[in-house]
Amino acid sequence: MSEKVLMKGNEAIAEAAIRAGCRHYFGYPITPQTELAAYMAKRMPKIGGCFLQAESEVAAINMVYGVSSTGKRVMTSSSSPGVSLKQEGISYIAGADLPALIVNVQRGGPGLGGIQPSQSDYFQATKGGGHGDYHLIVLTPASVQEMADMTALAFDLADKYRMPSMLLADGTMGQMMEPVLLPEEHINAVEKPWAVTGTGMKREHNIINSLYLVPEELEKKNIERFERYKLIEETEARYEAFMMEDAEYCIVAFGIAARISKNAVVALRQMGIKAGLIRPITVWPFPKKAIADAADKVKAFVSVELSMGQMIEDIKLASGCRKPVALCNRVGGMIPSPEEVIECVKNMQGGNN
Amino acid sequence: MAVVFEKPKSLTDAELHYCPGCTHGIIHRLVAEAIDALGVEGKTIGVAPVGCAVMAYNYFSCDMVEAAHGRAPAVATGLKRSLPENVIFTYQGDGDLASIGMAETVHAATRNENITVIFVNNAIYGMTGGQMAPTSLPGQVTQTSPYGRDIATAGYPVRVSEMLSMLDGPEYIARVAVNNVKNVRNAKKCIEKAFRNQIENKGFSLIEVVSSCPTNWGMTPGKALEWIEENMIPYYPLGVYKDRSAKEEEKA
Repeated sequence: MSEKVLMKGNEAIAEAAIRAGCRHYFGYPITPQTELAAYMAKRMPKIGGCFLQAESEVAAINMVYGVSSTGKRVMTSSSSPGVSLKQEGISYIAGADLPALIVNVQRGGPGLGGIQPSQSDYFQATKGGGHGDYHLIVLTPASVQEMADMTALAFDLADKYRMPSMLLADGTMGQMMEPVLLPEEHINAVEKPWAVTGTGMKREHNIINSLYLVPEELEKKNIERFERYKLIEETEARYEAFMMEDAEYCIVAFGIAARISKNAVVALRQMGIKAGLIRPITVWPFPKKAIADAADKVKAFVSVELSMGQMIEDIKLASGCRKPVALCNRVGGMIPSPEEVIECVKNMQGGNN
Repeated sequence: MAVVFEKPKSLTDAELHYCPGCTHGIIHRLVAEAIDALGVEGKTIGVAPVGCAVMAYNYFSCDMVEAAHGRAPAVATGLKRSLPENVIFTYQGDGDLASIGMAETVHAATRNENITVIFVNNAIYGMTGGQMAPTSLPGQVTQTSPYGRDIATAGYPVRVSEMLSMLDGPEYIARVAVNNVKNVRNAKKCIEKAFRNQIENKGFSLIEVVSSCPTNWGMTPGKALEWIEENMIPYYPLGVYKDRSAKEEEKA
């Protein structure tokens, strides 16, 4: 049953996960995602689920690996320093072709950094993050509603492609309260014949593993995985285009930066400057085609990021560096104002970048 | 003709990769015999470590999961929380369990996670070629303690069974050895109990098995078994360190 409620982003993820059939949550306390774990601690025991506060992020992600091995939906959540600790386990999950959901409510870094919002884990999220060649499907919510909707989608995609998925949010998204139409209960029943559930003496034993000591075998596994990634890049790249039809200046931004940029686009239009926005909804797969198509039409791109400039590299790659790409950014927990974005676009008008 | 000995059903026909004289083979057999005796092969899931037993997933015929180094108790926790009716065990060496995975070990024990842990202590890192382990003895020569383990710089060995038995959490902690027939028979009994405890929902059971590594100790298999008796067992006394249910029965 869908219902409209006022919720924090972190709580919306938790409730949406439960409605998507997730009954196992493992985490370790860290700001600014605490409400998510607290929600799970309250709800899971009431619905026959499992909430476990692990001894570390490392343990939590390995518990996720264990549950995922049995074929059930499972998740963990953390924030930047904690997600760094989970990278070992995420690499194993990717290497064993297991589905799982990892939520990163980002905060400023590097090191202990701060507790205010950031998008500076973009490289970590989109380029693998741990050791070895692999990807996660990375979704970037820009509202509490999307926190809920993308949680369900992330579980579905992870199951469909047998790989980990990530919700890449930030402290603003996690803490923000907005009305949200909660998704209906939906259990996506995907067959998982590979799962370990006990042989029941009826089949050969299943093995969940990422070890291949014969180089030819390991190469083959990697190539097969990347064939799957190629298919995902072709079919699952998602983005929102806002006022792009006649845009001369294309802002690219996701999450909280996209909300600010949308306001900037409206203000720029009122000033008679033809600005538009491409908001990547998936940052892996990155909406390369949308950027490449825009590069044919626009005069310049502006990448608005809460980092020192990470997504800007993907914009340059996708556009083939055919048009200038400027960076409009704040870091350390600071957020660019619409005025700063407007100023940056105006600078591009003058040909500066 | 009567069959007096046969390979347990819970072992596959795969050829073991272990070195000649290594006692992993015996310990694999004892674990498989316990699973057979309790008739739970079809609902057992094992977790293999990183270390010499990394390919244990090929040797046990039940479902298997290969864990990251030291993380087997966390992976087993996930498996057990997902499938409480199944039998979950981990099989780990000393580097895996007592060094890199110490946090996972202690916390699975303190949660009294209803799993069975088989801990093989041979006082050395075997798979990587004989480095000093958390359980290497004072003065023990290894690749990374070439002048002997110096307690002034490398500290003391960890006595895992003694340490874990201080916790309120775990159900059953015992140290056994596989260096002679008598000890192997006792080890078999304790390993089976560690599995039975889980089936009876009693909680965390860990069996520390004092084992040999002829290759990296630089000894013949026979000499290595003697070294267990003369050096390992004095530092790692055998026995049951904790048996909560037995203690409660005693009280009652």
